[in-house]
Amino acid sequence: MTAGEPESESGPLQVRGTVLNVRKVDAYHAITIVAPGIAARFKPGQFVALAVGGPDTSMVLRRTFSIYDVRPDHGGTVEFVFAAGGPGTRWLAERRARDVLDLTGPLGRPFPVPRDPVSCLLVGGGYGSAPLFALADRLRERRCSVDFLLGAASGDRVFGALTARRTGRSATITTVDGSLGVRGIVTDMLGQVIHEARTDVIYACGPMPMLRQVTALARRYDIPVQVAVEESMACGVGVCMTCVLPVVGSDGITRMVRSCVDGPVFRGEQVRWDDIGTIPFDAFGAPGWESRARRGPRQPAGHSGASQAASRAAGQTGQTAAARLPGPVRRPGHGS
Amino acid sequence: MAPDLRTRLGNVELPNPILTASGCASSGRELAQFIDVSRIGAIVTKSVMLAPRAGRPTPRMAETSSGMLNSIGLQGPGIDAFLQRDLPWLLSRGARAVVSIAGHTVEEYAELAARLSDAAGVTALEVNISCPNVEHRGQVFACDATDAGAVIAAVRARTRYDIPVFAKLSPDVTDIVAIARSCVSAGADGLSMINTLLGMAIDTETMRPVLAGLTGGLSGPAIRPVAVRCIWQVREALPDVPIIGMGGVMTGRDALELMLAGASMVSIGTAIFHDPSACARILRELDDELARRGIERLSEVVGLAHEMKTSGRAKGNVSRPA
Repeated sequence: MTAGEPESESGPLQVRGTVLNVRKVDAYHAITIVAPGIAARFKPGQFVALAVGGPDTSMVLRRTFSIYDVRPDHGGTVEFVFAAGGPGTRWLAERRARDVLDLTGPLGRPFPVPRDPVSCLLVGGGYGSAPLFALADRLRERRCSVDFLLGAASGDRVFGALTARRTGRSATITTVDGSLGVRGIVTDMLGQVIHEARTDVIYACGPMPMLRQVTALARRYDIPVQVAVEESMACGVGVCMTCVLPVVGSDGITRMVRSCVDGPVFRGEQVRWDDIGTIPFDAFGAPGWESRARRGPRQPAGHSGASQAASRAAGQTGQTAAARLPGPVRRPGHGS
Repeated sequence: MAPDLRTRLGNVELPNPILTASGCASSGRELAQFIDVSRIGAIVTKSVMLAPRAGRPTPRMAETSSGMLNSIGLQGPGIDAFLQRDLPWLLSRGARAVVSIAGHTVEEYAELAARLSDAAGVTALEVNISCPNVEHRGQVFACDATDAGAVIAAVRARTRYDIPVFAKLSPDVTDIVAIARSCVSAGADGLSMINTLLGMAIDTETMRPVLAGLTGGLSGPAIRPVAVRCIWQVREALPDVPIIGMGGVMTGRDALELMLAGASMVSIGTAIFHDPSACARILRELDDELARRGIERLSEVVGLAHEMKTSGRAKGNVSRPA
C-alpha cells in the first residue's frame, strides 16, 4: 500500500471478525481473527481496538492491541498477542474458534521505514515485541539489516525470542531472572548491541520506562529512535482524549497529543518522558499558557542543529533521519 | 412503514433525534471514518472554550461497572481553531452542528455565544454549565440556580435570535427542577440532561486514587436510571420545554426510554467509545422499536410515560400530584 491511495482506502474499518483460534504462547495468548479489510490495510506498528464482554457487557471501553501479524488465508487474518491480566483480556482468552468479535482497525500511525538499506535495531520489552516482527519483514523488504534486542522479567515473558533468533541478523535476549539470555534489562545491552550491529536506526516497543531509557541512550549515541508507546486508551479512534502525552512538535511547541491517532509511534526525542502524567507548564493550553506564548516556543533540547533539522524533515515525510542523510550515516562514539 | 423520526431543535427541523453527546465525538471528524455524520440528527461538539486548553494530567480515565470515570479537563484548541477548522469541516460534510460552550466566567460564555452567532451554520448552542472537571470547583454554575440563570441570560442576550440555546444540567444537585426553572426563566430554549455524575475510584493495589485529577465524571449505562429520573421530573414540571436526553444510552431501546420520560432528542456519549458507529446503529434500532410498536411518529412517544390513562401499572413510583 502506498501513501498515494485515497483516505477511504487506508483508513480504519469497523468489522465483525470471526475468531480463527486462540492459543497460549508462553505467558501470553495469541488470537487470530478473520478481518480481511483490516489485514489489507495494515502497516507495522498499527493496532486494533476490540469490544469485550459480548452483548450487554458491563465493560464499556475498548481494549487496544498492537497487530502482530496479518496473513492472506481466509481472505485476510489479523493476529495479536495479549496478557490475560484483567477481566476484559481474560474474557478474550476464553474465546473459541467461530466466536465473533467487533474490532476496529488498523488504527494509529505506523512505524516509518527508511528509504535506504540501513542497519536497524528492534528493541522489545515483554509482549511489546509483538509488532516488531511485521516491521522486521518490511525492513528486510527494503534490504535493511535487522538486529533484535528483546527483554522481559523471565524467559516465558520474552515474546518471539525464537523468531528473533531465526530471522534476525543477531538476536540478544535479556531477562531479569537470567532464565533466558543475559541477566539484566535490555538497556544494559543496548550500547554493546549498537556498537556491534553498527546501528543506524532504533525501533522500540514496550513499557514506558523502557522506552524512556532507550530514547535516552539513543540520544547519547545520536541515533534516531522510533517508539511505539503504551498509553491506556478508551476508544482507540481519537474521540475520548484519555491517551494523551506531552510531545514536542516540529514547531518546538509541546502539545498534549493523543497516542491513538497522533501515535502510537513517535520519534523518541519528541516525547517529554519526564513529564508524562503531568501537564508541562509550557504545554499548549496549559494554565497561563497564553501569557507565556509571547515569549516564543520551547526549543527541543539535546540534538545538534543539523541532526535536529534532519530529524524534523524526516518527521514530516515519515522517513527516519538516518535514511535521509547522505553518505555514511554518522557513527556514534561509544562509552560516552 | 417507516416511522417519522423528525424532531425540532428550536427553529431547525432535524431528520431524526439521535445526536452525539458533547465530549464523546470531538468535532465529528474521527467518527466520519465510521458513520455518515450528515445522517444523524446533529453533532454536538466537544465543549469549546475561548482559549486553548491542555486539560488534566493522565490517568484521565477509569473503567467502572457498566460505566467509566473521566477527568479530561476540557482539553481543546479554543474558539479560534474551532471556527477556522472544525465548524467549516462539519458544514462541508452536511452535518448539523450543535456547539457546546464552556467558560470560567459569565462573560466568557457570552463572548463565545457572540463569536458563534457571527459564524454561519451553527444549529444550536448547548451551554455546558455542569462540567464537574473544571478546576475551579466554586464555579460549577449548574449547582446554583442563580449562577446557572446568569450564564444562560448572558448567553441568550448575545446569541443570534434564531439560534436556540440549550442549558446542560448536572444531576449532582438537590433539586434539578429548580435549576431547570431558573435556566428557562433566563431564556433557555431547551434543556440538555444529564451531564456526568461526580465519582471517584481507588486502585486497591497501589492504594491511591486511579485518576490523576482524583475525581471524574461518571457516565455509561450505570447512570441511565438517573437520567430517566431527571428527565421525568423536569418534564413533569415544565412540559413544554424541549429536552435533549442523555445518560448511558447504549441501544435504541434505551433511547426510547429517555423519550418516554420526556426527551425529544437523545445524545449518545459513552456508547461511542464502545462502538464508533453507535449513533447510526441506535438510530436503526430506534426506528425498529417504534415500527414494532406500530408508532407512526416519534412525537407520539415523547413524554408518553407521563400519561396516566395508560395501564395503571408502574405509575406510582415517582411522587406527583394526583
